[in-house]
Amino acid sequence: MNEMSSQGHESKTIRVNMLARVEGEGALHIDIKDGDIKNVQLNIFEPPRFFEAFLEGRHYSEVSDIVARICGICPVAYQMSAVHALEKLFEINIDPQVRKLRRLLYCGEWIESHALHIYMLQAPDFLGLHDALELAKSNPDIVKRGLRLKKIGDEILKTLGGRAVHPVSVRVGGFSKVPSKKVLNGLLEELKWAREAAIETLQWTTTLDFPDFELPYTFVALSHQDEYPFNEGEIAVSGAAGKAQYAVSDFEQHFKESHVQHSHALHCLYHDQPYLVGPLARLNINADKLSANTKKTLDDTGLSLPFTNPFKGIVARAVELLECVEEAISIIEDYEVPASPYAEYEVKAGECMAATEAPRGLLYHHYKVNAEGMIESAKIVPPTSQNQTRMEADMSVLLPSIQHQDESEIAFACEKVIRCYDPCISCATHFLKLDINRSS
Amino acid sequence: MITQKQRPRLAVFKLASCDGCQLSILSLEEDLLLLDQAVDIAYFPEASSRMEDGPYDITLVEGSISAPEHIEQIKNIRAQSGLLVTIGACATAGGIQALRNGADVADYVAMVYAHPEYIQTLKDSTPISEHVKVDFELWGCPIDKEQVRHFLSDVLAGVEPRFPEHSLCMECKRQEHLCVLVAKGEPCLGPVTRTGCGAICPAMGRGCYGCFGPAEVSFPAGREHANTDALASRFSEALHLSNDEVLRRFKGINSHASAFKETAEKWQKMEENKHE
Repeated sequence: MNEMSSQGHESKTIRVNMLARVEGEGALHIDIKDGDIKNVQLNIFEPPRFFEAFLEGRHYSEVSDIVARICGICPVAYQMSAVHALEKLFEINIDPQVRKLRRLLYCGEWIESHALHIYMLQAPDFLGLHDALELAKSNPDIVKRGLRLKKIGDEILKTLGGRAVHPVSVRVGGFSKVPSKKVLNGLLEELKWAREAAIETLQWTTTLDFPDFELPYTFVALSHQDEYPFNEGEIAVSGAAGKAQYAVSDFEQHFKESHVQHSHALHCLYHDQPYLVGPLARLNINADKLSANTKKTLDDTGLSLPFTNPFKGIVARAVELLECVEEAISIIEDYEVPASPYAEYEVKAGECMAATEAPRGLLYHHYKVNAEGMIESAKIVPPTSQNQTRMEADMSVLLPSIQHQDESEIAFACEKVIRCYDPCISCATHFLKLDINRSS
Repeated sequence: MITQKQRPRLAVFKLASCDGCQLSILSLEEDLLLLDQAVDIAYFPEASSRMEDGPYDITLVEGSISAPEHIEQIKNIRAQSGLLVTIGACATAGGIQALRNGADVADYVAMVYAHPEYIQTLKDSTPISEHVKVDFELWGCPIDKEQVRHFLSDVLAGVEPRFPEHSLCMECKRQEHLCVLVAKGEPCLGPVTRTGCGAICPAMGRGCYGCFGPAEVSFPAGREHANTDALASRFSEALHLSNDEVLRRFKGINSHASAFKETAEKWQKMEENKHE
C-alpha cells in the first residue's frame, strides 16, 4: 500500500498508507527535497475514541473496565495504572500476596505481548519476510515456540482475570477473586517449558542481523529499589539527557505534551527533547534488578549494555520475556492465598497519579475524584505517544544514508524502524486531552 | 481436499477499536497455522505486510464507524466481500466509544482537544450494520477465540454457523456459580446479556457488565430482546440503586445496542424529571 510521487527529479514524497504489523492504524509521510529530508511524519489516523471525556461522570469502580478497552494488547497496564492511582488517593495498603498476584498478572501480559511482537510482528523484518506465517513454512518450530510462549502468557491472564483480553477481576483494593494454590500450580509445568523456550528465544534474537544504527537516546523508565519495574517505582531518566529521578506525581512538570496536526496522538517531550520508553529503556536502566538466571543468559550472549540500537529492542524484549517467566515461576512457587482478595477502604476526594510499565513502556494516569467517588477528570499518557517524536527522530537520522535508494526500499527501512518500537497506535490515540488551562 | 487454488480469501479490516478482537485471531495458537492452510490470508495488516486487493470471500471487520472516512471505507469493503462478518462489540454495536453518542459533539471535541480543527470525527459511533448489509455478527468485548474457530470451521465446512443468543444466566447456572444478583445483592447484567464469554464475571465473584450485548429470544412469531426494563426496575427497587447508577449499568460496553440504549434512556429521563 505504498505510494510514491516524483515532483521533478529533485524532490520526492514517499507515503506508506498503511503500516503493517503494528497495533492500530498509522501511516508514514516523508518529503525529500534537493537531497535533504524536509519532513518525516508518523501519521496516526486511528480515530480518536474520547476515553478521557467519557470517564468523566463515571464511578471510580467502573474505571478499570473502561480503560482496559483503550488497548486489547495491554489492557492490564491500563487497569493497573488506574487502580494504583485510586489506591494512592484512598490510602489503601495492598496485601503483599495480592501485590504479588498483580505482578504475576503483569508477567502474563508482558509474556503474551512480547512473544507476539518478537515472533509475529518484528522477526519477519530481520528475515526479509512478510509475516510469521511465511516463517512457519521454512521454520515451523520457531513459530510454534513463539505461539506457545504467547499462549502461556494468555493462560496466566485467564487464570487470574477470567480471560486474556480485557480481564475482569482487577478492582480497587485487589482482585474480585484470587486463585487457589492448586490452580496456580497448574501453570507451573508449562512455565518450566517456557523458561527453556525463553532462553532459546533470547539466544535466537542475538543471532539476528542488526543494522549498524547506534543513537544517543534519552531513556525513561520506572525504577524500583528491589524489583524489575512493573507497577511501582520512581521515574528514572538516563542517556543523552543525563541522569535524573522524579516522583511519579511530578511527571507532568517534566514531560509535556503538544497536539500536532498530522497525528491523532499527542507528542510528549522531556524538557523539550524526544525520549524513549519501553523494553530498551527499561533494561538499560534496570539491568541490575534482573534475576540471576536472566542476567547469566544475557551475559552469555556476549552483548553488553546499554543498548543504543533500536533494533536491539527485540533482544531487550526477549530478556524481559525470560525475566517474566522466571518471576512467574517464583511467585507461583511461593504463593499463599491472601486472607482477603481485596482490602476495605473509604472513598476520598482528591487528585491522584500513578505510572506503571506497559509492555511498550511507561503508562501514566491522572484522575480527579469527588467525595462521591465520581471521576471529575482523567488524563492518560500512553507509551506510544511518548515514543512518537523519537520514532520520527530515528527516521530523520536514518534517511540521509538511504535516501538514494529505491522508494520502496526507503519506505521499508522506515517501517522497520517504526516496528522496533512495537507501537500501539490504538493506545496512542486516546490521550488527547490537555489541561483546559493550557489550551486557552 | 482443498487445493491451494480453491482456498477462500480472508481479509481482516480494522476501524475504531482496541485491536483486542483481531488479537483473538492471532491467539489461535497452532490453529493459526492450520487456518493459514485452509484459507488464503490475503489482507490482515496487523499480521502481515502482504496486503492484497480484493475481492475477498470472507471479510472480518473489527471496529465501529466513527470517523467520516469510515463510511466510504465500509462501502468499499462491502463491495469487495463475499461474506461480511463483524467481530466484536465495536463493529456489531458501536462499542464503548458509542458512549459519546447523544452528547453534543461540538462541545465535546472543543473540550477534549487543544486543536479541535485537526480532529475529524462523526457525531456518533455506530455499528457496521447501520451502513451496509452484514452477513454475520460475532458479539463480545472482546470476542472469544473459540467464536472465531467455531465460525470459520462452520463456514469452511459449508455449514451455517449458529451461536446461542440466550441469556448468560443459563451458562452461569450450569457452572454452578453463586448468583451475584440474588445471593449477593449486587447488580449483574447476566439475566439480559447474551451468553458467550463463559460467565467469567460471576466466576470471578462480580456482576456481569454486558460485554456480549443484549440476549435475544426467538419465538415462532419473531425475536425479542431480553427484558432489560424489568432488570433495571429490580436494580432500583430491590438493590436500591439510584437512577444514575441504574442507567450507568446499561450505558457501558454496548450502550448503542437497542435494548440497552432504550432502558438507559428511560432512566435518564426519570433522572432528569426528578430534577425538574
